[in-house]
Amino acid sequence: MTNNNLTNSSLIQLSQMLANKAISSVELTQTFLNRIDALNPAINAYIALDKDKTLAQAKAADVRIAAGNAEPLTGIPIAQKDIFCAKDWQTTCGSKMLANFIAPYDAHVITQFNAAGAVNLGKTNMDEFAMGSSNETSYFGGVKNPWDFDRVPGGSSGGSAAAVAARLCAAATGTDTGGSIRQPASLCGFTGLKPTYGVVSRYGMIAFASSLDQAGPMAKSAEDCALMMNVMAGFDERDSTSLNRVKEDYTRELAKPSSSQPLAGLKIGLPKEYFAQGLDDNVATVIEAAIAEYKKLGAEIVEISLPNTGLSIPVYYVLAPAEASSNLSRYDGVRYGHRAAEYTDLMDMYNKSRAEGFGAEVKRRILIGTYVLSAGYYDAYYLKAQQIRRLIAQDFVEAFKTCDVIMGPAAPSTAFKAGEKVDDPVAMYLQDIYTISTNLAGLPGMSVPAGFSHGLPVGLQIIGNYFDEARMLNVAHQYQQVTDWHTQMPELTMPKDIA
Amino acid sequence: MEWEVVIGLETHTQLQTNTKIFSGASIKYGAEPNTQACEVSIALPGVLPVLNKEAVNCAIKFGLAINAEIAPRSVFARKNYFYPDLPKGYQISQFELPVVGKGAVTIQVPAVGKNPAYEKVVNITRAHLEEDAGKSVHGAVEGMSGIDLNRAGTPLLEIVTEPDMRSAAEAVAYAKKLHELVQWIGICDGNMQEGSFRCDVNVSVRKKGSDRLGTRREIKNLNSFKFMTQAIEYETRWQIETLEDGGTIHQATVLFNPDTGETRAMRSKEEANDYRYFPDPDLLPLEITEADKARIQTQMPELPEAMKARFEAQFGLTGYDAASLTASRELANYFVATVDKGAEAKPAANWVMGAISAKLNAEEKSLADSPVGAEQLASLLKRIADNTISNNAAKQVFEAMWNGEGEVDAIIEAKGLKQVSDTGAIEAIIDEVLAANATMVEEFKAGKEKAFNALVGQAMKASKGKANPAQVNELLKKKLTA
Repeated sequence: MTNNNLTNSSLIQLSQMLANKAISSVELTQTFLNRIDALNPAINAYIALDKDKTLAQAKAADVRIAAGNAEPLTGIPIAQKDIFCAKDWQTTCGSKMLANFIAPYDAHVITQFNAAGAVNLGKTNMDEFAMGSSNETSYFGGVKNPWDFDRVPGGSSGGSAAAVAARLCAAATGTDTGGSIRQPASLCGFTGLKPTYGVVSRYGMIAFASSLDQAGPMAKSAEDCALMMNVMAGFDERDSTSLNRVKEDYTRELAKPSSSQPLAGLKIGLPKEYFAQGLDDNVATVIEAAIAEYKKLGAEIVEISLPNTGLSIPVYYVLAPAEASSNLSRYDGVRYGHRAAEYTDLMDMYNKSRAEGFGAEVKRRILIGTYVLSAGYYDAYYLKAQQIRRLIAQDFVEAFKTCDVIMGPAAPSTAFKAGEKVDDPVAMYLQDIYTISTNLAGLPGMSVPAGFSHGLPVGLQIIGNYFDEARMLNVAHQYQQVTDWHTQMPELTMPKDIA
Repeated sequence: MEWEVVIGLETHTQLQTNTKIFSGASIKYGAEPNTQACEVSIALPGVLPVLNKEAVNCAIKFGLAINAEIAPRSVFARKNYFYPDLPKGYQISQFELPVVGKGAVTIQVPAVGKNPAYEKVVNITRAHLEEDAGKSVHGAVEGMSGIDLNRAGTPLLEIVTEPDMRSAAEAVAYAKKLHELVQWIGICDGNMQEGSFRCDVNVSVRKKGSDRLGTRREIKNLNSFKFMTQAIEYETRWQIETLEDGGTIHQATVLFNPDTGETRAMRSKEEANDYRYFPDPDLLPLEITEADKARIQTQMPELPEAMKARFEAQFGLTGYDAASLTASRELANYFVATVDKGAEAKPAANWVMGAISAKLNAEEKSLADSPVGAEQLASLLKRIADNTISNNAAKQVFEAMWNGEGEVDAIIEAKGLKQVSDTGAIEAIIDEVLAANATMVEEFKAGKEKAFNALVGQAMKASKGKANPAQVNELLKKKLTA
């Protein structure tokens, strides 16, 4: 087996190879590390790499496999978004503020992967504090879209997205506050899932907007995402918003016997608001083709309406910055993180440390958030936004009375060029028009590769009802049984100046 | 012109839990700086709060104790401001929906000069749960300030009154009552020196008869009742003088300086923060069911008012005595233990409020450190009741017990204080006294009642105080009227 085939293998294939001793975890990990050495300097998917720690985990995984108590992900190299605290790892959240921060503890998600015996391949690049849709707000520089190095990978989980697309990891973690898993999954052509709010513990995941943040898997297929979910999901008493539910097997629906119409009886709702003005025609064509494929699989199509979709972006840009302005107050230069070199007094230290430590987009959102929470504005902005948030959630409750899943585009366009939207925040914010509503409602959403437009990937979004991840994964999986969009990968040629 | 002072209190009571309100770190007082500061206490990136149920139980206990509304649903909110000892840059508190709503506390205002003691009801506006901040230790490191986050996250119940008090005496009576109550129900250790019970006092003045409130100034962090009296009296005088001199009062936060006895403005309200309160998205609303309240109710001790009523009914104590004995749970328990060990209630009450309290006060001791325990006091009172010793002798015995000279009976024996109750012996003494005091006998027979008392005194003296006074009385009367 060539190294290319190895890095292109599914998690189940890798798991079997490790179990059969066809390859060791150390060999597999080294293969990925070599590929990272070759490609990461150009792509910039990783912020932090620590080969010693990574290989030590791989060695430990090999011992565990030899002892016969391996789990499905034991020995498999996973990239972790740099939003998760990982003990003794640099944990920056894409910010200068935390460029020097070495986490002294593990996030719940990291603990879960460690317990499963997975190997931490490194910490991936991201928009600063997860605020962005192109990875261009990262203090550690932009990330190249592996399909076209002139273009962005999406954001905020841009590093994880590029790492999955470029096969610089077997799978990766991401977080999604307004679309940060699904939009980059769409722009980079792989499968990403944002679970129901509360399914994955937020403990140790650096907060952006607490009531919206949710971690999820970013992987090559729905099946891989299901395996990742089996590790990531579960109750954690350290997160008060974590839901105490019976542990699920997210692969359980995938094993159903296949037939020519495996999705017979499934009702797919198409929100008319998701196919209106603002959607790129070529993206629309790809999505329509995917819907046609679903009809062949036996699904029934119903038109639905999510009338408050247009309000989701304004509501989000009140609530998320409000929470962020408070969540980011702890970065004051007092206990850890960036502190200005020189200052005259306490206020000067705060001002300089925060002025130097935060980038422009983070500052913009802190200012918006501070404004909407201020005395005299709170009712008009924050409270009103909370009321509309409930209306948006209610839209979905109504919609799910007539359908089982909702489908539409994950992003309004394919990957755009670096620098194209960076100076136009509103244009950037519109990238999340189809994804933000589900965060506001707390619903699960996926992006699944559905084709290409001018050589760039297009993602189909699947939105499910609360806790319907297993069904959504199967809906995606059945599509991936009859299409090969998810197996396609970019031809990576080095840019001349790097090569 | 007559002025009236209007006072309301905000009291921060530190709750007696084992761990912090949103983390598992210890809240024990006096540890080395930052040794009780876990990842949540120092607000590392990514950490989350988890509510300590024990703190909620404390709040429910308080709500039940003041017969308050306990909210079925209350909300934790973030109070945002920057300060080095506030690690998250916000304090988790409750704002619009507090856990405890309106309630009331009945206070006893002591007599002052010619004004008699009286009872008054102080209304409680609300009580809410919140976390304490850490401490800035100035000069901790040479030329620098240190931050100690041991206290950060310590659970507090902030108890807010209506502006119901009209004098320093009322404010202090309320503070003392609250201080006793939170200890009584076991939610706070009441240690004011360690900051477990801190009062902020809002003071304003207005012309008597006016129903409009004047502009208030808030005296922060008073940690003794003495300072509270001084601070309120100074502040009241200052406000009245300012207004009488044609000045105006500006809303402000003031500090009391115990060395000068003065209050001084710390910051004016114009400079105050906009705290940008909003519901904390990391915490679910706090829900308290009827079942929760019923469960906590079973853990509640008998409250002072109920115990006072019981003491009156069960032991026939006066309202004043019953109130005095239930002024603290420690005192009430001591009294009950004395009675349980066989002492009669009324003498027990008198001794507990009299000799015991006087000794403790004089030596600045607490009941827990009393050299005479309830059982010892009971055995002493039993010896009075069974006529082994007189009341006077009992005082000597008590003194000896206090000084650790041994148990009751041994002391009586050693000091020869046993009362003479032998009729023959007493009669012999009386005969001697009558013979030696013929004049007094004549005076008595002539109708001078006082002469009888003098004769009793002579008989007691002749017995060296050991004769049973009741018997002396009885026998003397018999002989004189025979």
